Amino acid sequence: MPATKEDIIMQLRKDILLLQGFKPTSVSVIDVGLGPVTHAFPNAVFPTGAIHEFVSTGAENAAAAGGFVAGLTGALMGSGGACVWISSGRKVFPPALKAFGIEPDRVIFLDLKREKEVFWAMEEALKCEGLAAVIGETPEIGLTVSRRLQLAVEQSQVTGFLLHHNPRHLNAIAAVARWKITPLASTLSEGMPGIGFPRWNVELERVRNGQPGTWQVEWSAGRFHPVVPELLALPQLEGSQEQRRKTG
Amino acid sequence: MARRFLVLWFRHLTTDWFLLHRPALQETPFVLAAPDHGRMIIRAANVIAQAQGINNGMAVADAKVLVPLVEVLDDKPELPAQLLKALALWCIRYTPIAAVDLPDGLILDITGCAHLWGGERPYFKDIVTRLRSSGYDVRGAMADTIGAAWAIARFGRMTPIIERDGQVVALYPLPPAALRLEPANLDRLKKLGLYRIGDIAGMPRSALRRRFGKELLLRLDQAFGQEAEAIESVQPIEPFQERLPCLEPIRNAGGIEIALTRLLETLCDRLQKEGKGLRTAIFKGYRVDGGLVQIAIGTNRATHNVPHLFKLLQEKINTLEPDLGIELFVLEAPKVEDLSPLQEALWGGACGLEDVGLGELLDRIANKMGAGVIRRYLPDEHHWPERSTKPAGSLLEKAMTAWPDDRPRPIHLLTKPEPIEVTAPIPDYPPMLFRYKNKLHTIKRADGPERIEQEWWIEGAKHRDYYAVEDEEGARYWLFRSGHYAGIHTSQWFIHGFFA
Repeated sequence: MPATKEDIIMQLRKDILLLQGFKPTSVSVIDVGLGPVTHAFPNAVFPTGAIHEFVSTGAENAAAAGGFVAGLTGALMGSGGACVWISSGRKVFPPALKAFGIEPDRVIFLDLKREKEVFWAMEEALKCEGLAAVIGETPEIGLTVSRRLQLAVEQSQVTGFLLHHNPRHLNAIAAVARWKITPLASTLSEGMPGIGFPRWNVELERVRNGQPGTWQVEWSAGRFHPVVPELLALPQLEGSQEQRRKTG
Repeated sequence: MARRFLVLWFRHLTTDWFLLHRPALQETPFVLAAPDHGRMIIRAANVIAQAQGINNGMAVADAKVLVPLVEVLDDKPELPAQLLKALALWCIRYTPIAAVDLPDGLILDITGCAHLWGGERPYFKDIVTRLRSSGYDVRGAMADTIGAAWAIARFGRMTPIIERDGQVVALYPLPPAALRLEPANLDRLKKLGLYRIGDIAGMPRSALRRRFGKELLLRLDQAFGQEAEAIESVQPIEPFQERLPCLEPIRNAGGIEIALTRLLETLCDRLQKEGKGLRTAIFKGYRVDGGLVQIAIGTNRATHNVPHLFKLLQEKINTLEPDLGIELFVLEAPKVEDLSPLQEALWGGACGLEDVGLGELLDRIANKMGAGVIRRYLPDEHHWPERSTKPAGSLLEKAMTAWPDDRPRPIHLLTKPEPIEVTAPIPDYPPMLFRYKNKLHTIKRADGPERIEQEWWIEGAKHRDYYAVEDEEGARYWLFRSGHYAGIHTSQWFIHGFFA
């Protein structure tokens, strides 16, 4: 049976990626439920066993990034996994993690004082193969340290999330992607009181071998739901354009 | 801790053993005899023979006059020791310290053991009935001292279990033979008309020492608990300790590491063979100048993994000061726990909190930065957000209650609520505007109030009315008003968290 055009194109794309030096990071594919966002990554697979970087400024954006990462971690942990959350000056409220599919008692918090200790603990944790994810909160990270982390995850296939809150300057680091999460106004049907599901503007600023882009994602019923722009109500669309103007 | 002892007395130890092995003797009188100065002397007689007037120490010829049909068997002099050792080993199931008390008894140190059987009475009953049902005629007694238990087991007429500090009262009516005295002393006491321990105990000590020597006083003190008495267990508890003497004093880190590796290998080999793992380890170096240097580590779970333990100790080696050199290394494991063998997973992957690798990671972190940095939380049944979690005691402690998820909780919580300025239209309505860190937020959507009361036993505490609000930029906050609405300017509003 002759291969169809799409198959040939897919194969060629994969070949090009390999020529560009792309190494598939993990053997097993875990669907984190991000839908169209995953198409930004090579082969449309969310890279596990890699380092993801999240940049945020302001307490509101930091909370949004924390929630988004908690959602990703919840998907990676599944039913029995464990993760380590390393930070200096932690703000995360453990009971809130339950809403993002994480049993809060399966998270081990390391509250360290100095940045250097955070890096050391993060590298050691990323070498530990039994973990589902390692989350590290630091203002910033240097290229050398990030390469050390990268080498650790290549060996152990653990996924690492770096949360940079209020970075002094953004370094180019050895991460597979740089994300920027900002909160979006939630929507409810007309006339309903209260607050809707958490909704974020997910911006992939930088993806290794992939396509950067911007999406809107909502967290409801225990998983991510991409917000399709056609279904948005008109005023919301205007709102989000305004948002884009502001951020861009 | 107050100690407790159980003494068992086998009244017919050897004859019971013969009965067990030759049931045909059940109905016949028999004696065990051994040659002594050309005569056959009876060493032991069974119950039937004793009932007919045969006693230990009689000549066999005399016994045959009394009971013509008596059966005479050869005594085995080493039999009591063998039997008692076997019985003491059997008693290890009741207590780790069991000692042989020749010629016919056992001493068990039961300190802290009886509660496992539901108290001293069931414990005692269990041991004695099991021994009796296996064919040994046994009597026992429990007391605070070995001497008292020994005496009650052999001479007691009342209860075999002497309450705490009750040995004085229990011993007073007993004969002096209950004190484990030499026969010469016993004779002397008898001659003087002292038939009860109570008669002796009240006498001046100097008079007793002059007449009876040190032995009597020592035995009295041991029985009343004024003098400690040591017993030698049949199965000594061997400490987990390894030693490595060095020919030349060791002065550099490389040498110390080699010594550490060797000690760890031998210690872990032994731990592995016995199915145990260590929880704490102390590595000591005895210096040439007489000084002692040491480093200690602890682990989250029992382990006998040499590379892991080496890594933990290695980080602290640079705190050892060899000075002129270390001539002896000692590695101790004061805390050892049973280690169930782990099933190797065929496919590695996320295996949760039980993962060995995770335990080792936390050991390394605790070793380097202190155990205080590692935190794990369990739900606590408090509504007050700051108190709704409690730190878990260990890595494997399970949550007793489920994590509540019926109410929205912010992903980031401020450790201390920060005051904000608020414009609220009507009492118990969410605010319209609030100012936080000099930024004005216009509230578009709001949810609430969720009233959380302070615990009732805290006096004068105000409740909190929580609102989840969303501003015009889509950011979500958790605000609360402390206490009841009391006018625009007097109400206290705070921000407590940020929703995702």
